This record gives sequence, structure tokens and C-alpha cells, in this order.
Amino acid sequence: MLRFLLNRIAVLLPTFIGVTIISFLFIRLLPGDPIELLAGERGVTPERHAQLMHMMGFDKPIWQQYLTFVGDVLQGDLGQSIVTKRPVFDEFFTLFPATLELSICAIIFAIAIGLPAGIIAAVRRGSVFDHTVMATALTGYSMPIFWWGLLLIIVFSGTLGWTPVSGRISFMFFFDQVTGFMLIDSLLSGQKGAFASAVEHLILPTIVLGTIPLAVIARQTRSAMLEVLGEDYVRTARAKGLPPSRVIGLHALRNAMIPVITTIGLQVGVLLAGAILTETIFSWPGVGKWMIDSVSRRDYPAVQGGLLLIASLVMLVNLTVDILYGLINPRIRHRR
Amino acid sequence: MSDRTADATPAPTQNATVALLKEFWFYFRENRGAVVGLFVFAALVVVALLAPLLAPHDPIHQYRDALLLPPFWQEGGRIDYVLGTDAVGRDMLSRLIYGTQFSLFIGCMVVAIALAGGILLGLISGYFGGWVDAVIMRIMDVILSFPSLLLALVLVAILGPGLMNAMIAIGIILQPHFVRLTRASVMSERSRDYVVAARVAGAGPLRVMIRTILPNCLAPLIVQATLAFSSAILDAAALGFLGVGAQPPTPEWGTMLAEAREFILRAWWVVTFPGVAILTTVLAINLIGDGLRDALDPKLKRS
Repeated sequence: MLRFLLNRIAVLLPTFIGVTIISFLFIRLLPGDPIELLAGERGVTPERHAQLMHMMGFDKPIWQQYLTFVGDVLQGDLGQSIVTKRPVFDEFFTLFPATLELSICAIIFAIAIGLPAGIIAAVRRGSVFDHTVMATALTGYSMPIFWWGLLLIIVFSGTLGWTPVSGRISFMFFFDQVTGFMLIDSLLSGQKGAFASAVEHLILPTIVLGTIPLAVIARQTRSAMLEVLGEDYVRTARAKGLPPSRVIGLHALRNAMIPVITTIGLQVGVLLAGAILTETIFSWPGVGKWMIDSVSRRDYPAVQGGLLLIASLVMLVNLTVDILYGLINPRIRHRR
Repeated sequence: MSDRTADATPAPTQNATVALLKEFWFYFRENRGAVVGLFVFAALVVVALLAPLLAPHDPIHQYRDALLLPPFWQEGGRIDYVLGTDAVGRDMLSRLIYGTQFSLFIGCMVVAIALAGGILLGLISGYFGGWVDAVIMRIMDVILSFPSLLLALVLVAILGPGLMNAMIAIGIILQPHFVRLTRASVMSERSRDYVVAARVAGAGPLRVMIRTILPNCLAPLIVQATLAFSSAILDAAALGFLGVGAQPPTPEWGTMLAEAREFILRAWWVVTFPGVAILTTVLAINLIGDGLRDALDPKLKRS
């Protein structure tokens, strides 16, 4: 097991180095002079320019600049945001819980509906239910989620007036951020109605962000189940006279789950890409919206840091999924 | 109809192609959704090609006397503007019709970029192996470890906003899938007898790669190209929506949605129609993709 673990990490190392190179090159590939880009609209005098070039190390050879960059990154120093003058690292992790909370809700929503829908569709292959689920899943998979969000706002916030349009909680409530998760913080605050307000604000963004993972999970679950249901051991279990619920629940499901878990793991990248759009639509104060704002404010150190942190997080989750996969499937673990 | 084509006896090679196409159509036809998708897609191509004839108005002309008019069936709507007008008085229907051109063009260009680069790198990677392969595959891993839209956004920040740059950026982020597929096929074909025979006969690496191996790897690439076509349209619309793709007043559907955002609670039509257009197009292509996979995947076909 340890060997398997080390092996996985060794495979990731070159990818991580690649990610640092891309983030490093980002500011240097932007058209224009790096100092002027970083100084923003104010501009700098030639003397100050030379001084800054020296201070920030832009006058050193490129490989030396890269090594300094990696050294800083490994110490958690990602530079300062031009706009807020705060360290990018702190900025990112202040906003990250909002994105994480939304993503967790979205993936729970996707699994809670997608998994049973896929299983039932597979068991009742060819039924009306199966066709409906597959048609809905394909529609969800083809959905431009930024439009889907606007549509839900029109119906549920505009016409019906059931849900709020944007933000994480109503302006009526003020309390300290303890965990950064609004659902938990609102409960801890003990204020009446705070939790309900947080839930209300979460519903539409969760649906929007969860739609594509839901469609993917439903489709993948169905095809994995169909494959497993055709296997000999399922036929044997049926022939033994086991009740269908046991055959499906125990023999089929456990084996069908292996590819499904990988699929769920792969949704992390999808969720983070979706978070950019979802957070923009609902003014959700997470890292997705922050990245967009940083790009449009030309806050390049923030974009650079965010790029590196998000890619690292995706890699970390993929590594975890890989390890989990090895844990539940010995065939992978022992493969050379 | 099909009997008559069978009676005709063209040259042997042509005959084989026809037989192959007929077999393909036989399996593709099985999937009713795919056939529907194909018809919708064909209709969209016709709309795109005939846009100047079909559109009742100039898509960027602003009719100052007709701001934010609803569709004709609603109170206040006019029959001249069938689907209403946007906030600066441009005809929605004409903009949607011209938008078809952009979306299909984006899909074609992005697939061309991703396919050309992907096949080239995949062939090199799979054929030569060793460190060349390792380097190319690690670079692809790096591209895949960024969420696609984020990388596209950053690439556009480097290249500058605009439709052309958005297409290049999306082409780059979709490329790794083609590299991986081509490489896997090449590796499994490389040691087959027919490839060895071609090599023994004196064919150079370039000829072996392109004339001998590539045609046998096409099926999965075609399916992937269909999927890439639809994700390209979605991603380009998303970039347009975020303001870094096609720039106003281009009648691109995503850009139209971005301009419509502030009116969502006042004018449902400016938001609804561009989204319906995106969804319909992407859905049609994905339906075709599902059908192609069923028809071209030999594993599913045999069973």
C-alpha cells in the first residue's frame, strides 16, 4: 500500500512542477512590461521602475526567477494583491470556504438524485422511466449553466418570489465567521431565521452548480450498472434465488460503484469551472467570482496565485480519489 | 432507395466505402435521438448558411423607436420584431439567426485546432514513445489539472479578449483528450502485423504514422470531435458571457446573454431565447455524438 501511495505521488510531482511553471510564466507572458502591469494605472518613474525591477527580481535570469518563485510558493507566499494589498494566499483562503460549501452542497445534490436515478434506470432498462432519465440527463449535460441560473432566477426569484437573487445570507444578519461555512456559522450565531436565510440563498446556486455533475453521475451509474448486471456472478446470485433487492443492492451495486466513484472524483474540476459561472450569476463571494473579478481588475498576482492554488487543489483531490480507488479495488493497488 | 444503390456496381474501393457507410447508417439509425439530433443540426447549418436571406433585420442595427419590445404575441409586441428587441432596439430573431453562424464557426474552428494539434502530438507520442512521449504526456496532464474554463480565461487574459483568441484558448484546453486518444490507439496499433509490414516495405515514419496507422484510429477520434464541438460552443458562450469572448455588438449567443443580464426581471425574452438557442444546438450535437459512439464503437456493436 505504501508503495502504491508513493508511486501515485511520484507521478504527480512532474505535473505539479508543470503547474508552477504555467503560473510562473503567466505574468511574464502577458503583453507589456511586468512592472507597469503590476503598478496598474498609476504608472512609475524610470528610476522607480529600475528599482522595482531589481526588487522583484525581474532583472535576474529567468531560471533564477523561477526558483525564487517556487521557493516562495512552498512557503505559502504568493505575493500581494494589487487591489487590496493583502497577501494572495490569505485572500484566497478567506473566500475559499464559500466555494467549498457551495461545491459540497452541489455534489451532494448531484449524488443524491443522480445515483438512484441511474440505478433505477438501469434496472428498468427500456422503460419510460429509463428514457425520461436519460433524456433529462443529456439535456442537463448540454446545459449552458450560466443561462440555467438566470432562468431559475426569473422563475423562482422573479415570478414566484421564493428565493433571494444573490449573496449568501440576508443583510439583516450579522455575525462572526467562525468556520466560513454559512450553514454552520448561522446556526452557531443563534440568531432566529439566520439558518433559514442561509439555506434559501444556497438552493438555486446548488441546483445550478450540481446540474452537470448530476447528469454525468446518472449516465455513468446507469452504464456501470448495466455492465455489472450482465455479469455471471449476478446471474448466479439470481439463480440462487436471492431476492432482486439483494442482488441489485449487494452484488451489482458494490461492483458498479467503482467507476462511479472515479466519475464523482473527476467532477471536482467541473465544479470549480462551474463555480466561476455560478458565483458570477449569484454574486456568491467565493474564489470563482474572485478569479473573474481579478482578471477584469487586472490584479495579476491574484490571478497567478489563484491559478496555482486551484490547480493544486484539483490535483490533491484527484490524488485522494486515486488512493480511495486503490483502497476499494485491490486490482488497481497491486497492478505494476 | 437503398436497393437501387446496392444494384449499382461502382469501382471496388468505392463499393467498400459505400458498404461501410451503409453499415454505419444502419447502426446510427437505430438510435432515434441521434437521427433527430442530425436533423436539427442540419437545419442549423441551413440557417447559418442562409442567415442573410432569413434574417428580417440587420443584427446590429439599433431601432431607436423599438427598445426592449416583447415578442409579437405579447401585449406591446410588434409583428415586425417577431421575438422582440433588446435594450438598444436590435431585432432578437435576426441576432439569433446570425448567432448560429458564430456558434457553428466556433465549433468547427476549435475542433480543427484541437484535432490537428492533438493528432500530431498523439502520433508523435505514441509512435516514438520514450522521453518524447513522457514529456508530451506530462504537458497534457498539466493542462488537464486546471479547470477548463479557468485555463481558457487565463489564456484569453494573455492573448487579449476576442472571439479568435477565445477559440484558440478553447482549442488548447480541449487538445489533451485528442492527444491521449490518438496515443492510445497508435500504441495498440504500432506492433500489429500490417504496420510492421509497411515498415519492412520501406515506408518512412511519417508515412507509417499518417497513411498506415491514423486511418485505423479514426473512430474514437470522430466521437471525441463531436463532443469537443459541443463543449467548444458551451465554453465559447461562457467566455462571451463573462465578457472575454466575442465582444459586443457581435450577435454571439453568450455575449447576448451577458448584455441581457441586467434585464432578467424586466424582459424575459432577451434572456430566454439565446439560451434556448445554445441548449438546442449543444443538445443536437450531443445526441449525434451518442449515436456515433453506438455506431462506431465495435465493442458495443458486437454484443
